[in-house]
Amino acid sequence: MSQAIKIKSLSKSFGPIHAVRDVSFDVGHGEVLGFLGPNGAGKSTTMKMITGFLEPTSGTVEVDGHDVLEDALSVKRSIGYLPEGAPAYGEMTVRNFLNFIADIRELRGSTRNQRLNEVIETINIENVIDQTIETLSKGYKRRVGLAQAILHDPNILVLDEPTDGLDPNQKHEVRNLIKKMAKEKAIIISTHILEEVDAVCTRAIIISSGELLFDGTPEQLIAKSEQGDIDHAFRNITMSKTIKS
Amino acid sequence: MNGLISIYKRELTSYFVTPVAYVFIVIFLFMTGVFTFYLGAFYESNQADLEPFFRFHPWLYLFLIPAISMRLWSDERKSGSIELLMTLPVSITDAVVAKYLAAWTFTAIALILTFPMWITVNYLGEPDNAVILASYIGSLIMAGGFLAIGSCISALTKSQVISFVISVVICFMFILSGFPMVLDLFESWAPQAVIDAIASFSFLTHFTSIKKGVIDMRDVIYFSALITFWLYVNVVIVENKKAD
Repeated sequence: MSQAIKIKSLSKSFGPIHAVRDVSFDVGHGEVLGFLGPNGAGKSTTMKMITGFLEPTSGTVEVDGHDVLEDALSVKRSIGYLPEGAPAYGEMTVRNFLNFIADIRELRGSTRNQRLNEVIETINIENVIDQTIETLSKGYKRRVGLAQAILHDPNILVLDEPTDGLDPNQKHEVRNLIKKMAKEKAIIISTHILEEVDAVCTRAIIISSGELLFDGTPEQLIAKSEQGDIDHAFRNITMSKTIKS
Repeated sequence: MNGLISIYKRELTSYFVTPVAYVFIVIFLFMTGVFTFYLGAFYESNQADLEPFFRFHPWLYLFLIPAISMRLWSDERKSGSIELLMTLPVSITDAVVAKYLAAWTFTAIALILTFPMWITVNYLGEPDNAVILASYIGSLIMAGGFLAIGSCISALTKSQVISFVISVVICFMFILSGFPMVLDLFESWAPQAVIDAIASFSFLTHFTSIKKGVIDMRDVIYFSALITFWLYVNVVIVENKKAD
């Protein structure tokens, strides 16, 4: 298992606020890493630093051997990223939007058509393909965001709350999709839904107030609770921290 | 380069999928007509040239160009799509230049659509078409100057209204600095060199010479330097404010 993402003592502060403090972890190909934590814990901030949107205050991020500060473009090429809230250009139709992403990702010729068709089919957005994105429901917007992220078949996927706003069936589909892609890719997903960790992740990380509190398999996480309950384990880990500080 | 072209294409088409383009073009054509025939006294002057048409371009651009540029970056920041854009494999400079060029191309399209003016004057008399061509080029370059200011300002704020108002004010200062009412303020006490320097910052000073059909290298250099400067600041602002 080669290392796709290497994060070393990553910190980010916004003025006096320490959003992320000294976080280190690696993600290998074939791993699905669940990124957990209460709201405002620093999950999105960490993801933004991995994808090169935010510059770390200190520490390093290496993606596929490229340093995110020194070689941002290579990093951006090898990552597929679904930002929080799945932002897109509302006035564009889904088709035009995906074509734009294909342009900028330099997909050409038959690969391009093949990828577009594949993604539209797997993400199931065929029926809204000629609608403008601003008219779509939250669930469809999220799916368009997901389609955009996987279009160039990246080795590394960073998905910020990919199942947020989806109905139970769509959640199930997205989880299956992630599991299907997991074999050859390194995937980081952030989520509030703890059952998701058990369902799709091979590893879980919990951060709270910017600090890494837990790093292990979902089984190890469940073992943290006497009742064998993942919600309880999550509370144990994140609440004890709050009481301490 | 690929990123630049992709964004340029996306931006330019986005003008035409919303009513923005059509509203802008209609108002631009209507206003140029009003200014030329009423304020510019195109018929009464009895001269076969388009001077009354070009004379009011700086004033039209003062309001219309910030209306185009106000959404360039503020909208991107407000909707959060800037996070998508900045995590695609494209440099900030390419993104800034691509958006700017798309807006400039759009302005050029609006300007080209004033061609009935040119047909009219050629029908009525025998104008010097070389002068008219130079004036068109000059007007387009000046629009580029206004646009660079507007693009830069739009990166400062998430609010399109604030972006519009500040851009108008700054563009207004760039127009006014060549005006007697401003220069008179300095005339009594400042050395001539300072007055010349202030006057040389004016869009009007540079546009006046181009309007006469003379494309002087100094005017071209002035506008190129101005555009480069504002776009450079634009890149710096996007770099620093993208995640705010």
